[in-house]
Formats: sequence, C-alpha cells, structure tokens
Amino acid sequence: MKLLWAYGVRNVWSRGRTTALTVMGMGLVSLIFLSVLMLGDGLTRALVDSGSQANVLLLRQGATTEISSGLYRNQTHIIRSLPGIASDTDGNPVALAESVVLISLTKTGGEAPVNVTVRGTQPMAFTLRPQVHVVEGRPWQPGAAEIVVGAQIASRFLPQGIGSPLRIGKRDWLVVGIMSADGTAFESEIWGDADLLMAAYGRESYSSMTLRLSNDAAFEPLNRLIADDPRLMLQMKRERDYYREKSVTLTTFIRVLGFTFTTIFSIGALLGGTMTMYGAVAARTREIGMLRALGFVPAHIFFVFLIESLTIGAAAGGLALAGGAALQTVTLSTMNFSTFAEVAFRLTLTPPSAAATLGFSLLISLLGGLPPAIRAAHIPVVTALQAPGR
Amino acid sequence: MTTPPMIECCHVTKSYVRGDQEIPVLQNFNLSVPVGQFLAIMGPSGSGKTTILNLIAGLDRPTDGTIRAAGIEVSQQRETDLARWRARHVGFIFQFYNLIPVLTAAENVELPLLLTPLSKQERAKRVRAALELVGLGDRLHHYPRQLSGGQEQRVGIARAIVGDPTIFLADEPTGNLDRDAAESVMMLLRRLHQELHKTIVMVTHDPRAAEYAQDILHFDKGKEA
Ligand SMILES: Nc1ncnc2c1ncn2[C@@H]1O[C@H](COP(=O)(O)OP(=O)(O)OP(=O)(O)O)[C@@H](O)[C@H]1O
Ligand SMILES: [Mg+2]
Repeated sequence: MKLLWAYGVRNVWSRGRTTALTVMGMGLVSLIFLSVLMLGDGLTRALVDSGSQANVLLLRQGATTEISSGLYRNQTHIIRSLPGIASDTDGNPVALAESVVLISLTKTGGEAPVNVTVRGTQPMAFTLRPQVHVVEGRPWQPGAAEIVVGAQIASRFLPQGIGSPLRIGKRDWLVVGIMSADGTAFESEIWGDADLLMAAYGRESYSSMTLRLSNDAAFEPLNRLIADDPRLMLQMKRERDYYREKSVTLTTFIRVLGFTFTTIFSIGALLGGTMTMYGAVAARTREIGMLRALGFVPAHIFFVFLIESLTIGAAAGGLALAGGAALQTVTLSTMNFSTFAEVAFRLTLTPPSAAATLGFSLLISLLGGLPPAIRAAHIPVVTALQAPGR
Repeated sequence: MTTPPMIECCHVTKSYVRGDQEIPVLQNFNLSVPVGQFLAIMGPSGSGKTTILNLIAGLDRPTDGTIRAAGIEVSQQRETDLARWRARHVGFIFQFYNLIPVLTAAENVELPLLLTPLSKQERAKRVRAALELVGLGDRLHHYPRQLSGGQEQRVGIARAIVGDPTIFLADEPTGNLDRDAAESVMMLLRRLHQELHKTIVMVTHDPRAAEYAQDILHFDKGKEA
C-alpha cells in the first residue's frame, strides 16, 4: 500500500501550479485559523498568567477591578497581622498594598489617547511577581518621584526611554527604568512609589492588596477570617482567577469574531480543494479505468484520491505553521473591556494550537476531497476506459 | 474427456442505452476460445470489438446471454468477486498503454501485484523478471515519459504478465506504434502464446499484427463476417 501512497503524493506534486495555488489558499485560511488561536493564547498569557497561583488579591466587596476598589490604611494593617500569610527573609508578611490609577497617553505618531495603568506600589512587588524584572536602568527609589515603565509602554509611548519626564496626577515623574514581565500584562503598566502616587491624586486609600499565602491550605481559613471581619468588608480572590475573569470577555470576543471569519473563509478553501480534486479526477479518468481493469475496487480508487486531497491539506497545514512561527514576533495591543486599560501581547504558538491547525487543514481537505473521491470511485469502468486524455 | 474452452460466449446480446435510444452492438454473438489459443479479432471501427473484450473481462455486463471465462460464469458474479478474479486471471494490454506517468516502469508493473498477498521482496523479484522478459531489465527506474512508445507498450505487457494471468486481452496493442515497435510487441505476444501457452484474445486493425495469431475472427456489425 506504500506504493498507493507514493502514487497519491506524486500526483499532487506533478500538478505543480494548481497544487501550489490550492495549498496556498488552504494554507492562508489555516493561518487565519492559527492566528486566532495564537491571539487567544497570547492574550491568555498576558492576562491570566499575570497572576500567580500562590498569590491572592483583596478588593473591596462588590468591586470587580482594582480601579473600582478601595482599601483604607488601617484595613491594610489589620490584614498584615492575619495568620496564613507567608513571611519574607526578614520576617515581614509578604503583603503588598497598591494604588492603581488610569492615565491617558497618546501613542507615538498616534491620534487617539489610550488608557494606561499606573500602579503605585512598593519594592515587595518584585517578590510577589517574580516574572517582572527591571531590564534597563534601575527601580524607583521609595519616596522619590521616579517610575519604571513596562517594555510595551516604553516602546510605544516613551520612545526617549529612560530620562523622559511624565506627568501623572499633580506631579512630574522621571522614568528611571524599563521592566519586562514575560509577556504578561505588567509589561503594559507603569510602576512607582505608592505613597507618592496617592499624594499626587490626593487619595487616602489604596486600591487593592496582594498577599502570598504561606501554603495552599491557608486560603480557606484566611478567606473566612476576612469575610467574617466587619471592619474589613473585603473579598479575597486567587490572583489567577481575578485575571481570568478580567480576560474572559475579551478573549471570548476575539475568538468568536476570529472563528466567524475562519468559518467563512474555510468554505472557500474547501471548495477550492474540491475543484482541484474534481480536476484531477477528470484528467485521470482513463487511469481510473485502467486500475479498475487490473482488479482494483472502488474503495482503492476512493482511497487514492482522498490521499491526494489530504496531502494538499497537510502541505497547507505546514505552510500555516511556518507562517504562525513567523507571526510569533508580532506584538499587538488592545483595550481590555473589563479594565479599560491598554494591554499589549505577543502572538503565541503553542503545541495544542499547532496540532489544532494541522487538524483543521486536514479536515478541510478531507471534507473537500470527499465528493471528488466518491465520484472517482463510482465512474463505470467502461466509460472510464473510453475517456480521452493521458 | 475434452477440456472446456477457456472463453465461451453463448447467445450474447449487448446494447447500450443512450438517452431514450437503444444502440444494439452485439446480437446473438457466439465465441469459443480453446485453452492456449491466440485469437485475433478484426473488424471495422464501431463493430463492437472492444465491447467483447470488456464483456469477457467482466468490466461490463451483457444485455443477454452467458459468458464463461477462466472457470467462472463472468456475467453472474458480484462486482468485488469479479475484481478479485480479474486480478488473478486477466492481463490487460491497452492501445494507449495506460501507464501512470508519475510512477516508474517498475512501479507501474508492480501495480497488479498490490492486489496479491506477495511480500515486497517477492514482488520486486517478479517485477524485475517481467521487465527482463520484455527486454527492459535496464529501464526499471525510468518514468514513462523517458521511454519510447514501443518501450511503453512493452512495460504495459510486463504489467499484464507480472501476475501470471491465464487470459490476455489486448485491445489494438500496436495501434499506436510504428512498424518496428509493433513487430517487437507482436513477437512478445507470440512468445507468451508459444512458450508460456497463454490464451490470448487480441483486437486489431493491423493485418500484419493479425498474422502473428493462430486464428483470425473477422467481425462486422456484431456478427461474424
Ligand atoms: N459506453 C457506451 N455507451 C454508448 N455506446 C457505446 C458505449 N461504448 C461503445 N458504444 C457504441 O458501441 C459500438 C461498439 O463500440 P466498440 O468500442 O466496441 O467498437 P470497436 O469495434 O472497438 O471500435 P474501434 O475499432 O473504433 O475501437 C459503437 O457504435 C459505440 O459508439
Ligand atoms: Mg475499440
């Protein structure tokens, strides 16, 4: 049966130009499909992976984002004294109170301003979020009007980089560092000193608190302590759950939109494959008659033409993966509808998406190849042998 | 005891239906080909010669009458049984060779063996032997486009003999060849007949080709002339 495979594959190869066009059409559609998956993966990575499994986030009851939340100073003191929070090497609880505001920035060369998240925080933030590193310059000095900007913000809004001034609230700040965060949403944020930021906005309260649990089992008791304390009125969430909830609307929107387009295009690719294969059947009708005369049965003929179609599909899938690999260098940005803040993310090619794309192009070529293969299998032998052509 | 004929057509009628029109091709056609016979069928175009070969090979069914060949009643078999029987007993030689352009000579010849349980090594051995028999032992890995018409037809003959069938059916095997090439093809068919004692039915327009046969059936309008 290896010979029948070779026969199918070489026939595809021998129809060079037609095949190339069909493969390209199908490959492009598969690439669109893959891009949608990569977009989703990239967004998930940027948003969900911002959170760590060991961290929990505290927000005011009823608040869905850090922006709409608030915590008073005395509440943060109560929290710090609760059991179940991990300690750092100096014995201090790993607990971080932060203040979050949105500012408007205009992209270099762009027209419309977009919202950017500014996070007033403390050096402890680097302990809680080990994926964040200052890659250029240095961290801000506590008590100084200095900021570190995410790599995505730096490249798009602050082309002069370190040394640039930036007005935030009632104060001018100096960019002293650039941070990367492994593709997560922190790369789209600006970090500085919490107390100074609150002062610049005349605020008395923080937005949120992030804690590291001493161990995973500490979640439930701590959650109950916080929920039961009438002084707190806070809700506790795992950080990952918080980021997942924030990203669901956006990723769902992108996937639905993307798959709608993919479905429409894939009908075109499918029909393209069908036409190509009908052409192949017509051109090789006498060959089919000969094979039947030798004793091959309709199932063999069906199999041969289906292999040819699947070969085209496999080539298209390969093309799409090559395109996908190239797309990994592309960075996109969008507004997260839940927070109204701009997030940048990189298209990410994951093995499951690669497998799904191959499956997608094989499925298209399978469905497209079925009608021609069925026709090929059912041509009466005598008619086939009388057909003109090679 | 007399051995039964290899091929026997009794009262065979065949008409094609095209639209609402019925085209009669064969009427009460009778034929008996003894084992080991080399028969040439001659006749004008459209007289039904190809139709007879197709009926004998079970590629088509008669409208009426019975056809026996190589031990079975062809007209009464199921399609899949016929395919298996054909692979085992019938070797086809076509006017236009019908080689597959994307396969090498050896691969073309190997095709019928794919329907047998033979091992890969056994198949390769037989393919080589068949191609050597037709004088193309040095052309195993050439593609059809790299061969002359005569060589292509000899590959076609190698493909027909590789499975060692009982009956050879040749439809104008020299119809597309020049004189020299036609002669070498006919010499081969004669060897199949004389040395390997195969039963051969050959349709031809070419009187020179017909001379190689043992017997000639002249044929007109579905009747023996
Ligand atoms: N599939 C078919 N449908 C309808 N009519 C057919 C079909 N095949 C053959 N015929 C008709 O049957 C008649 C005999 O055809 P056949 O091919 O057997 O002739 P032939 O003797 O082989 O002719 P040639 O020498 O030209 O090959 C012709 O009139 C042809 O038009
Ligand atoms: Mg004919």
